Amino acid sequence: MVGGYAGKFLDIDLSSGKIGETKFPEETLYKYVGGRGLGARILWDRLGSKWESVDPLGPENLLLVLPGPLTGYFHGARICVTGKSPQSNGIVGSTASGEFPVELKCAGWDGIIFSGRAKSLVYLMIDDEKVEIRDARHLQGIEGKETLRKLTRDVKGELDKRHARLGIQKEPAMLYIGPAGEKAVRTAAVLEKWSHAAGYGGYGAVMGSKNLKAIVAKGTGPMPKVANPEQMLKLMKETEKISYAMRGTRRWGTGYAGYEVGAGSSSEPVRNWQEEWHDEKTMGGPNFDLRLWVKRYWADYGCALACMKLAVSKAGPYKGAISDNPDYELEAYLGPNVGVFDPAGVLYLSSLIEELGYSGINGSNTIAFAMELFQRKILTKEDLGGLEPKWGDVKSIEALARRIAARKGKFFNILAEGTYRAAQEISKIKGVDVTKYAVTVKGVEIGAHGTRSNMDYTKDICYACSVQGGDHTSTVFDGYNDLETVFADSGVYCNVIGWGGGLGDLQWRFLRAVTGWKTTEKIWKTTLGPRIVHIQRAALLIGGPDIKWQPVKDDDNPKRFYDPLPSGPYKGKTTDSAFVKQRRTDYYKTIGWDENGIPKSSVLKKLGLEDVDRALEKARGK
Amino acid sequence: MLVPGAEIPHLCAQCDNYPCVKSCPFDALSVDEKTSAVKVNAKKCTACGACIRACPGKIPHIHPKKNVILICDLCNGNPQCAKICTEADYRALSVVREAKKISHKLFAKTPEELTEMLAENLYGEKAKELI
Repeated sequence: MVGGYAGKFLDIDLSSGKIGETKFPEETLYKYVGGRGLGARILWDRLGSKWESVDPLGPENLLLVLPGPLTGYFHGARICVTGKSPQSNGIVGSTASGEFPVELKCAGWDGIIFSGRAKSLVYLMIDDEKVEIRDARHLQGIEGKETLRKLTRDVKGELDKRHARLGIQKEPAMLYIGPAGEKAVRTAAVLEKWSHAAGYGGYGAVMGSKNLKAIVAKGTGPMPKVANPEQMLKLMKETEKISYAMRGTRRWGTGYAGYEVGAGSSSEPVRNWQEEWHDEKTMGGPNFDLRLWVKRYWADYGCALACMKLAVSKAGPYKGAISDNPDYELEAYLGPNVGVFDPAGVLYLSSLIEELGYSGINGSNTIAFAMELFQRKILTKEDLGGLEPKWGDVKSIEALARRIAARKGKFFNILAEGTYRAAQEISKIKGVDVTKYAVTVKGVEIGAHGTRSNMDYTKDICYACSVQGGDHTSTVFDGYNDLETVFADSGVYCNVIGWGGGLGDLQWRFLRAVTGWKTTEKIWKTTLGPRIVHIQRAALLIGGPDIKWQPVKDDDNPKRFYDPLPSGPYKGKTTDSAFVKQRRTDYYKTIGWDENGIPKSSVLKKLGLEDVDRALEKARGK
Repeated sequence: MLVPGAEIPHLCAQCDNYPCVKSCPFDALSVDEKTSAVKVNAKKCTACGACIRACPGKIPHIHPKKNVILICDLCNGNPQCAKICTEADYRALSVVREAKKISHKLFAKTPEELTEMLAENLYGEKAKELI
């Protein structure tokens, strides 16, 4: 077997309860590596021919849970969750950090492929080779942290007994969903550990639609063998050195940025992106650090960077709220973007959003969108069942979040479909165009980095042309170097270590040491990476069943990103639409798509993607 | 453990009365004179688990595939875990040099005990319900 892989994948049909195993030939693994890449291939193989008719929330969709060959060896273990996305109707590779993939690999599995739908709520228990589907009806409607606690207690005693010879053991790792996932809210995340989430793509809803509450894994074996252990140990040292050198990120995490990003680069969302600047002194880093952080270094398996900060509110109205950090994204999305400038309030809402099982970015984007509609009197108190969600009012924001998660009431049910779909529907009902307030790209709500000031790393086409939509962790810029994040999602490790470009080609050297292949940075960026992007692109273009994307027209920023910034040092600045157009054309050319943004037949054939080429014939005919 | 952020290192503290060595019915365990680490004679070990029961920290564990007990051997006096922890600038692990005045039992705690203490430190009165 190739180094770094356990050698087999779990293939589970939840409808029949059949648990099987699948293997992939080495060539497939070499080409698609793992995580997002391999996920795209598996999805295309199994659903490609009927993609348009596959309902992402139907039993015909697949839910893939995939580590990669670098997971557990290289910096920061992560797990990739993918499938046909209920947000974009394409494929989004969504990752979360934690020990789950390590336990999974130690148990002897390279990933899990779920198909079908269980009759009632179940969870999957993986204890080395022993894999069982178990009843989870007692966990129905239970919130995130309680689910984690309850289920861990349920299985810990059993595992301790079975592995008594191993002494005291670490608890098993777990992926789970909250109430929002169970109700198939399209902004629901797959959660891991405590407050970690695979947020983009809406895979919490897919997991919920399959009646799968949680996946528990415990592995007692060693990690799979690697091809060149001596070389890998050397590279591990090199990686650690890079981590240690990132002193700012280590000490302050991303959570120190809440004020600095707003003040420094004008790209932080404020009140549903109506502004991207604020000067509220209460939001500064020290207010989080001194008041709330109880542990300044917290890391997941294999990470020597430890950018997570653990926060707890020990006094005041939000006493008891616990979350990690909150990191910059949640700090912005549950802070300024909903008008909250009190760090303890932000922490409280972050904790809540994880309890309900939302993606902190996507779910919160929808909440802010609803709040703006209320501000503009498009949604009224009657529409919202007596709720008056005002900017900064934590109580009413909480109520809004809870009702959307429960899908109770006409408009809450609509908002549960995510910002893009809700905007379409509400525009129809109210007869006013509200799509201009929806900050999404291809149905995926945008991360908390704007493009208007041009001062952050996110610029012009970075979301517009990305096959992951609004995903801020996988943005595009030149169609070549941006394939690095595709590698991070496919090797499945944490890309924080790549910030600032300090890695060089370390990740590919690492892959060679682990697998024994000859993959280089150039091969990845010219052949292997584009292959994955083309498949994701084809899936987006075919889309369906409810939404189809128009190439070129939908490869654009949300309307709001072309409004001039109303305040701050970059007042009046906005995204340059002519430049976006030019950059889009350049991007198409570099990556190998025609002027309509459809992957070229010649490019696909050269890469051996005849199946994708055939599927795109209809799109080209138009 | 169940408390978020409270990942507990689980290490042998080389107690001065070595209950594990005493408990071994097969004479498989001994103390290294130079490093004071517990040494395992794999030929004699039957993996009966008596040392696990005797250990105040439940440190020893049996190899998942082979029938032999695993106890920290202090990497021949140069423990690599403490070294890397210092290198990484966390300094959570350190080597305590042998001295009569140090009670080794101070350092031998079960992960459960450590978790409880740390949780109380991190979360105050909320700690109990989190564990």
